[in-house]
Amino acid sequence: MKVVARRPESMMDKPTHYCPGCTHGITHRLVAEVLDEMGIREKTVGVAPVGCAVLAYEYYNCDFQQAAHGRAPAVATGIKRVHPENFVFTYQGDGDLASIGTAEIIHAAMRGENFTTIFINNAIYGMTGGQMAPTTMIGQKTTTSPYGRDASQAGQPIRVVEMLSTLQGAGYLSRVALYNNREIKKAKKAIRKAFETQKAGQGFSLVELLSTCPTNWGMNPAEALEWVESNMVPYYPLGDFKTPEGGQDQ
Amino acid sequence: MADKILMKGNEAIGEAAIKSGCRYFFGYPITPQNELPAYMARRLPNEDGVFCQAESEIGAINMVYGASASGARVMTSSSSPGISLKQEGISYMAGSELPGVIVNITRGGPGLGGIQPAQSDYFQAVKGGGHGDYRTLVLAPQSVQEAVDLTMEAFDLADKYRNPVLILGDGMIGQMMEPVEFKRDISPEDLPDKEWATVGNKGRKPNIINSLSLQAEKLEELNVRMQKKYQQMKEEEVRFETIKTEDAEYVIVAFGSMARIAMGAVEKAREEGIKVGLIRPISLFPFPDEVIGMVAEQARFMLTLEMNCGQMVEDVRLAVNGRCPVYFYGRSGGVVPTTGEIYEQLMEQVRGEKE
Repeated sequence: MKVVARRPESMMDKPTHYCPGCTHGITHRLVAEVLDEMGIREKTVGVAPVGCAVLAYEYYNCDFQQAAHGRAPAVATGIKRVHPENFVFTYQGDGDLASIGTAEIIHAAMRGENFTTIFINNAIYGMTGGQMAPTTMIGQKTTTSPYGRDASQAGQPIRVVEMLSTLQGAGYLSRVALYNNREIKKAKKAIRKAFETQKAGQGFSLVELLSTCPTNWGMNPAEALEWVESNMVPYYPLGDFKTPEGGQDQ
Repeated sequence: MADKILMKGNEAIGEAAIKSGCRYFFGYPITPQNELPAYMARRLPNEDGVFCQAESEIGAINMVYGASASGARVMTSSSSPGISLKQEGISYMAGSELPGVIVNITRGGPGLGGIQPAQSDYFQAVKGGGHGDYRTLVLAPQSVQEAVDLTMEAFDLADKYRNPVLILGDGMIGQMMEPVEFKRDISPEDLPDKEWATVGNKGRKPNIINSLSLQAEKLEELNVRMQKKYQQMKEEEVRFETIKTEDAEYVIVAFGSMARIAMGAVEKAREEGIKVGLIRPISLFPFPDEVIGMVAEQARFMLTLEMNCGQMVEDVRLAVNGRCPVYFYGRSGGVVPTTGEIYEQLMEQVRGEKE
């Protein structure tokens, strides 16, 4: 019998706690497939954030550290400096990375720390119950922007990869989306490229994944995927913003 | 035995760390500890080590977290306002049971405060400091030599208990130059592997470094286990010095720089035929309450001296537990009292006692 699909070795045989329709599960799997394909699982140390993915260490079959809110890039710096031969990745959401952890992510990129960041942008705080994030769209209703995000009060959503792309220490920066199979394949390619950048010692690498939060968006999974495509992609353009070769592909 | 060399306290602490097998230092500038990161920035690249200047004290302590969880001996240093910023990370280290040495070259507070020597971070150091039910070992040197010895010990204790250890100094200890001797020189290769470290899970289940525990009963189990650790510290790690306490009627309790200054007052009083002794806590957590309680049996009073507005005095009172009166004298904001001033304070209490 031919096996056409199986759980990656880099994932534990464990059901996740993620809500139905949430794309965290897809991203977990894409990262795990890349670790398998590159044969680096046993040399990888992951760093979990505070947020919905705080329990990532339960789902990956590799060594893991759990970091304080926003501090994953500093923790990853400590890990990578002690064991440069290990592969290190942080897995962070938009509250963790783009709000409380802005100093840590910017300076890790500035120093050209040779690790990979998987950045989940779902335009909201998920774990705490749907508060406004720095990435929340203008007009988007959350528990702390009940009348919709108002730019005059809360500013415009932050574009992380564009901001980081001014830093020379960043080797690879890409934004992808998870709203259909074609985009998911592109996302995997970007994640692979990020880990290859790390393997080649070409500096900091980050992939931003436009993701869903059906529960806190008040949508069903299909509507949520549609919302990513029609509302988020126009504001958060997809593509490679920086590559080790120096090119852009948007 | 190695030769003595003249060194500034901050630099001597750095060298003591290197000679304890520490090859990783993460820091951020703040006065009066700047010589320590600068020393590590000079020395570590020549020792196959890493010095990294972090974006903030918060960044630095979290780099310490990552490096410690990777199995390395690691240090950071700061001064009071910066130590406040590190408290979140220290709490996470305690909760994740990670070793590490944190140096606080204390300055006067609160807020931005000043840059002169103070002991006003005593509460923060010995009562936990950050959120949650945890303690760090706290060691308080009174000389550059003792700063060296305690730094070396701090790395061993951190590994023994898988717990952060604080060196609580002040600008006087950090800036002063004294002859020092390094009594050991171990390299990282001499240290045993830490089987719990995250270094890649070849041939074993993943190692997880974590302080999250969503089930209350599980988290309580962790707390109970940590309390056992603190109990063991209380049984095995109490460090103190007693000076002329055997026949003392009046007993000074002071730590660090303050104890050193108080020594002059003890000697002067003894010359006058007044039976004064000194108890100097070296470990502030665990606190030497047993010896303080014992000496209190014979003392007519105890006088706690601190370079703050009265913090350790609360622990002295708990240790004395009503056996004798406990008085307090302190200067704060970076004012360092003189020996003469201490002697006067002491004599005032002695005269009051006799009236």
